[in-house]
Amino acid sequence: MNFDLNADQLALQESLQRFLAGEYDFERRRKILRSPLGCSEEIWAALAEQGALAIGLPEAYGGFGGPVEAMLVMEEIGKSLVLEPFMSTVVLCGALLAECGNERQQKEVFAGITSGKRRLALGHYEEASRYELELVETTARTAADHYVLNGAKSVVLDGAVAHQFIVSARLQPEGRLVLLLLDAGTPGVEIIAYRTQDGRNAADLRLRDASVPGANLLGSASDPARGSLPAIRRALDRALAALCAEAVGAMEALNAATLEYLKSRRQFGQPIGRFQALQHRMADMFIYATQARSMSLLATGRCAMAEDAPRRNAVSAAKAFIGKAARFVGQEAVQLHGGMGMADELPVSHYFKRLTMINATFGDVDHHVTQVSDAIRVTGIEAQP
Amino acid sequence: MDLDYSDAEQAFRHEVRDFIRMHLPATLREKVLNFKRLTREDLLSWHRTLHTRGWSGPSWPAAYGGPGWSAIEQHIFDEECSAAGAPPLVAFSVRMVAPVLMAYGSPAQQQYFLPRILSGEHWWCQGYSEPDAGSDLASLKTRAERRGEVYVVNGQKTWNTLGQFADWIFCLVRTSTEGRPQQGISFLLIDMKTPGITVRPIALIDGEHEVNEIWFDNVEVPVGNRVGEENKGWTYAKYLLTHERVNIAQLGSSKRELRALKNVAARVLSGGRSLINDARFRDRIAEVEIDLLALEYTVLRVLSVESAGRDPGPVSSVLKIRGAEIQQRLSELKMQALGSLALPSIPEALEAGWQGEPNAAAWWGAFSGRYFNLRKTTIYSGSNEIQRNIIAQHMLGL
Repeated sequence: MNFDLNADQLALQESLQRFLAGEYDFERRRKILRSPLGCSEEIWAALAEQGALAIGLPEAYGGFGGPVEAMLVMEEIGKSLVLEPFMSTVVLCGALLAECGNERQQKEVFAGITSGKRRLALGHYEEASRYELELVETTARTAADHYVLNGAKSVVLDGAVAHQFIVSARLQPEGRLVLLLLDAGTPGVEIIAYRTQDGRNAADLRLRDASVPGANLLGSASDPARGSLPAIRRALDRALAALCAEAVGAMEALNAATLEYLKSRRQFGQPIGRFQALQHRMADMFIYATQARSMSLLATGRCAMAEDAPRRNAVSAAKAFIGKAARFVGQEAVQLHGGMGMADELPVSHYFKRLTMINATFGDVDHHVTQVSDAIRVTGIEAQP
Repeated sequence: MDLDYSDAEQAFRHEVRDFIRMHLPATLREKVLNFKRLTREDLLSWHRTLHTRGWSGPSWPAAYGGPGWSAIEQHIFDEECSAAGAPPLVAFSVRMVAPVLMAYGSPAQQQYFLPRILSGEHWWCQGYSEPDAGSDLASLKTRAERRGEVYVVNGQKTWNTLGQFADWIFCLVRTSTEGRPQQGISFLLIDMKTPGITVRPIALIDGEHEVNEIWFDNVEVPVGNRVGEENKGWTYAKYLLTHERVNIAQLGSSKRELRALKNVAARVLSGGRSLINDARFRDRIAEVEIDLLALEYTVLRVLSVESAGRDPGPVSSVLKIRGAEIQQRLSELKMQALGSLALPSIPEALEAGWQGEPNAAAWWGAFSGRYFNLRKTTIYSGSNEIQRNIIAQHMLGL
């Protein structure tokens, strides 16, 4: 039992902190946010140069580290509200490719990811699925040496800046769930790009007879009956742990900003932090953030477990708790800042929006409580003492 | 980073589990798990059993006769004892007065009292709260006047837990009215058999006798029974409050109660089907399970820092607030699971072996009383509001 970082992990954390402190203050972020792309080629290239884009990828392709290293990056992303598609490209698509990609696919795509030249996004959820992973109506049918895709993907995170997508589809006629690599420029692929509430980007994909080379089908041939769903679940559990870490970084930064405000803002002739009504709310924010960090560590420690039930239970418990904590901390931070909490000018409102969007990503509190709840029926009951 | 217990810690867990399985009588275990009334002898017999193994002071260093366990080992011991339905150790003896004696007691006090705490010969209770000194404990008024080689104590303590069983009481008393209220308090050890002490029960919300008022009428206490210096008692009391950082979370017993809640929900019928099939009720269990997991991993983080010999900082308030809330929610859900079966009050059903009607009360008779009783958890040991004040002031600098 040990929650300490090792020397390499501490060095990684320190170098990221130094880099972001120098290159990613709130004004710089605002400029990037207002740029047409909405993220920064320069920052992405710098992250590649530091090796951050190789985190969690197979060592054979230059990768290193795993969930703990990803957690460290995501905490800093949360603290500085970084707009780059690290979670989508490196954590989520990286994990899917590592599990399902063949040697040729891995060699090509991982080289693109680690060098910073290729951004990826996962197109899985559809309008009718909400958070349910099994509902996929997009179809793939075989035509000579191609697959032809039809359907639509909804709110593909980082989809507006992705060079390549991993999309899920039901292979006709049997309906097995498959994953395919899809280039953004493929004819028949319409990318409806937009910004999200937190200033990041996403896209809806419309697939109309989009033709994908047969060589772009990803794995899962070994267990055709199950299709790609277990691989998607495993990759999403890594992504959920990463989002938990990002939320912890954001919450701690937001708490620090709010505490500072309580000490400096004066009303009725004294700092407003002297008022017990506000002190107790700040104490609760602090308690939530402290426990959220514990749950992020739990998710990080368990998200790569091979065994399904304990992995999913730990990750869902963490995401549910952190969703609740993020909502509380976000809403209270705005309230304690008063009118300034409503202003675009301060980071507070931006943290709040990001925390809110994290909560709505890959399952909200209710969704993940339900996951834990349904597992109780199956595993929780013991014989009477 | 490693979230798993080491092989040595796992082996330790099995050693503890095996010992409890061999030595905890089934009748006692049933009493504890079903919240039947426990007698003084119930609690002491288990204490003595642990003492034969050298485990009656689980948090004690080896130098004082304890097992010298790491923080993680202590936590494992507590989890196993709770899970198995072992009665709790008398915290006021083992976890409260003993650490103060180790830190501030004279060699004579240590040599006399500590072995008697370990053996179970002395049962300790606490004299802190007074009718006009609750959250504002430093305003306490019970006086101790020095007359030669004795203090003469006069005043009233209240909310004293299980003083009816106690041999000794540790008290905060006023020895000076000069300066700040905190500066005139001393820490006295008083033999409960001393003339002038009167113990009167306070009937509680669940009808049980758990707490007392204690009156002191010219009670003479040898000066040698003062711990440390005169007027420094507040420092010792504060040490005591921060010493037991983790036990305050009551993690082991809440984990047991979560399992019990699931069992109750599986056993209770709703429309002829097990209540556990009701998604709305089951979601409530899941919510408290998630919050308990967040408490557990926060505790484990603190333990791992302590086991590495570092100071985790003033986190006990966080653990107290959340631990107390979770105990309350678990007891509330257990009562709620019963539906209208929660209404009957059958005090006799709290006796072990009771076989009356309605016969189901032998099983669920204690749930509602337990719910009412556990409202205390957010009030005692520094109310949750006081704990929030501590976080705001000491951790956040507000």
